[in-house]
Amino acid sequence: MQLLDQRSKKIMEGCKDRAREAGLNFSRETLEYIISNQDLLELTPKNMIPTLYDFWFHDVELHKQKGKYKLYPSNPYETVINTRPPISFYNDNNPDWLNVMIFYHVLGHIDFFQNNTYFQRTWNEDFKEQALADKRRIAQLRSDQGRWVDYVIEFARQIDNINSYYQELCRAGAENKVLTKMDYFFDIFLQQEKELTEIEYLKEVEKFNSYIQKYGENEGERIFFRDTSKQRYPELEERYKRYCQKEKKSDQNRDLLKFLIDHSPKLQKSENQWMKEILEIIRETALFFEAQIRTKIINEGWASYWHEKLFLRDERIKTHETDFSITNAKVTSMPKVGINPYALGKNLWEYAEKLAETGKDTWIFQQVLNLDQRKNYDQQTGQGRERIFELRKNLSDFSFLWYYLDQDFVDAHRLFVSEKKFNPVRQTWEYFVKSRNVEDYWNMIKDQMYHPPSLKITTKGNGRLKLYHEFEGKPLVQEYIQDVLRGLEFLWGEPVELTSHIVSPKSTPEDIQWTKVRYTVKNGELNVKMT
Amino acid sequence: MNSRKWNDISIFHEDPISLSSPITLLKSLDDLLKKDQAREQDGFPRKIQIGRMLKPTKGGNKIVVVPTLEESKLLHDQVRIPQQNQSDDSGEEGGGSGEGEEGEKIGEAPAHEPGQSGDNAGEGGEGEGTQHEIEASAYELGKMLTEKFELPNITTKGKKVLSHYAFELTDKNAGTGQLLDKKDTLKRVIETNLNLGRIDPLTAKFDPSQLLVAPRDKVFRILSREKEYESQALVFFVRDYSGSMWGLNTEIVVQTHILLYSWLTYQYRNRVETRFILHDTEAKEVSDFHEYHRSRAAGGTKIAPAWELIDEIVRKEGLARDYNIYIFYGTDGDDSDKEGKSTLPAIRKCLNFTNRAGITLAGSRNRMSPLENYLEELIRTRKKYLRLDRISEKPDENRLVEGIKYLTEEEQHATA
Repeated sequence: MQLLDQRSKKIMEGCKDRAREAGLNFSRETLEYIISNQDLLELTPKNMIPTLYDFWFHDVELHKQKGKYKLYPSNPYETVINTRPPISFYNDNNPDWLNVMIFYHVLGHIDFFQNNTYFQRTWNEDFKEQALADKRRIAQLRSDQGRWVDYVIEFARQIDNINSYYQELCRAGAENKVLTKMDYFFDIFLQQEKELTEIEYLKEVEKFNSYIQKYGENEGERIFFRDTSKQRYPELEERYKRYCQKEKKSDQNRDLLKFLIDHSPKLQKSENQWMKEILEIIRETALFFEAQIRTKIINEGWASYWHEKLFLRDERIKTHETDFSITNAKVTSMPKVGINPYALGKNLWEYAEKLAETGKDTWIFQQVLNLDQRKNYDQQTGQGRERIFELRKNLSDFSFLWYYLDQDFVDAHRLFVSEKKFNPVRQTWEYFVKSRNVEDYWNMIKDQMYHPPSLKITTKGNGRLKLYHEFEGKPLVQEYIQDVLRGLEFLWGEPVELTSHIVSPKSTPEDIQWTKVRYTVKNGELNVKMT
Repeated sequence: MNSRKWNDISIFHEDPISLSSPITLLKSLDDLLKKDQAREQDGFPRKIQIGRMLKPTKGGNKIVVVPTLEESKLLHDQVRIPQQNQSDDSGEEGGGSGEGEEGEKIGEAPAHEPGQSGDNAGEGGEGEGTQHEIEASAYELGKMLTEKFELPNITTKGKKVLSHYAFELTDKNAGTGQLLDKKDTLKRVIETNLNLGRIDPLTAKFDPSQLLVAPRDKVFRILSREKEYESQALVFFVRDYSGSMWGLNTEIVVQTHILLYSWLTYQYRNRVETRFILHDTEAKEVSDFHEYHRSRAAGGTKIAPAWELIDEIVRKEGLARDYNIYIFYGTDGDDSDKEGKSTLPAIRKCLNFTNRAGITLAGSRNRMSPLENYLEELIRTRKKYLRLDRISEKPDENRLVEGIKYLTEEEQHATA
């Protein structure tokens, strides 16, 4: 591994200037390293963070990667990590024009890392330094405590997806509160607790607005609530306080690692303090990667969008348009079967920009029902670019697709849901176009997106740790349950229970029925009970 | 105690890269397997699985053996309806783009050639690239199997063949050589001096410092070429490829046989020779594993010809003298010779020269197949030489290994 040579670095700096001019926003310093494919393989199990803690699972993964490389030797173009300064890795045999394309792609990612709100928690610290400290700490613990360190790491990693990523994200924002009083009053108090009718509700809104008009924004709100709690809802203050406490507590009871750190009787013992340290490290590491997991399509799309735009207007590499087109087509083409996140993301960005540019992403447009008028609707707002920067700040994969994946987009790109069927006579897999409906496409892609189960955690009763999996129409992967609960039993020190749902044996494809089931692990043995 | 593997200079210079050194910390596969094995003593199940990746190429398939490990987590699964046979991936949804009406077929891929991801070890798609490649990876796979599952060693019957030459310091040479043989040298020095009259043979008294040493009195040990003999194994892989053997049945048999092949290659350090026989109503020998596992027929089933062919090959080529012979046979148990009138004698003949015949019976039917029916007694009485393992569902690797273990294990000499 070595730093990029001066000549290429100069090209990169040129790219930065042009990217900034186009509106991208990123830190001044960046580090670029040339690494071999071998190095890259070795970084893969560590999520590309060179300083991540050592763990033997990573070694097994590396052996696997090496085997894979033997079969499918590949030249990855680049990879970027979200550190301060951001670090990117490159092959050393790229021609200049390709480097320019890659640099723009990398800058797209860096811009995304540093501006998208989902990454907010990573903005104020340098993860590679944090990881290094953690790595050293774990190495130290390993030499003090021996092989049990690796078990604790393993058990902690098994539950590191049951975390309170969103709550932590809220906390990282300016508001430390769960909801402002105003949001609570209008969203929860009036609607859920008081169950006001629509007319009554609108009257409250009107009243609030009249205060704002009369006294100004801040003062108006203060006086509105003073009068409201005095005259109409004397219980409001108390309710709001209670709500805040409950919410705070309920976050805590969804983050399994945090819960164990705070409440596990076993971990509170002085001889087990080191386990808490490991749990804390695993938790922080998992939280760091959460944002990346949740922004794959949108982030790759953003980088691809920009490398294409910026490359084509870069005067330094004129005459290489054909080379670029070939490479770019490979990166951003839609496969016949399967999904290419680069392509899907890039097309969605272009779509979003165009909708804003023509004014089609407005409420006014939604009122237009005439098909011809809809087709030719174009307000020439000139706000496309501005709009996509706003979106890159606020959306994740889920929300991006939720807002912009519509039937027009699916039709324009000829997208469909494919289905794979086995043909026993011909001994082949056959692929079919199953549906071109956006609803089906959305459901298919939604199923592939990251969505860890949500658990409620309690210890009521006999000292056992009890987990309730909130039912969302899907079972848990059964094979993993015993391992996870066994690890939890180790960390909790007492038997552990998990309640979830499985598909009842009586189900048919037309009528799926669910059975509640309780898994208990005691002394490592799994007991499953239908309830 | 706390030996530091990093160095401070690189840390304080904020050079994150030179720190990475996962290279220097990487544990060997053997170490990892040992670590995995040690889990059982701590009360936790093992984690590492043996995986194979394969890439279809022009000359066959290229395979590498890799360890895999799945981290258990609480994750959402797909909704699966219990009664439906979902052993394959039928109905799996994915994305796509391009032309085609809803319901239209847009493509087809052979089920026995897992796709680009190469991760799919489930299908019976193992073949060979060049002979060397499959040997090398089969050896690796066998090594892992032995380490992980501790399969028992197959007995050596004492038939040995020259396997290689070794060079050892066993020859002697007067005058020059690699290592002085002191005892022999002393003998010759005394002999010479006796002849010269420097030692009085009657009193045997002499002054050692006055003895003469002739150049040829010095005896040296020198390297000599020694022949090493080791046992040789010959394995017949025999498979029913008749019409009834499609899909899962074939997969079970081929998977079992490739694992067996790998393991034998390891156990006999590449000294295993293999022959491949396919049969439907007739039997034929094919030249390599590739052809062996790919071929398909659609006819009826007669088992006898296959065993007769083995017997014929062994007799004609006089193989029984030089080889440990093993027969591994895979079938769904169907035989048009319902009572085994010609099959039983053929199998009996083969049992006379084989160390072990292991039959893998694939099929999910509940009824006894003809083969099982007529073989029942023979299996009971000749358990040392004949084993039958029945696999009725889509097996995982562990189940296959269990099966192989049963087919190859030593007979337990129960005292009852």
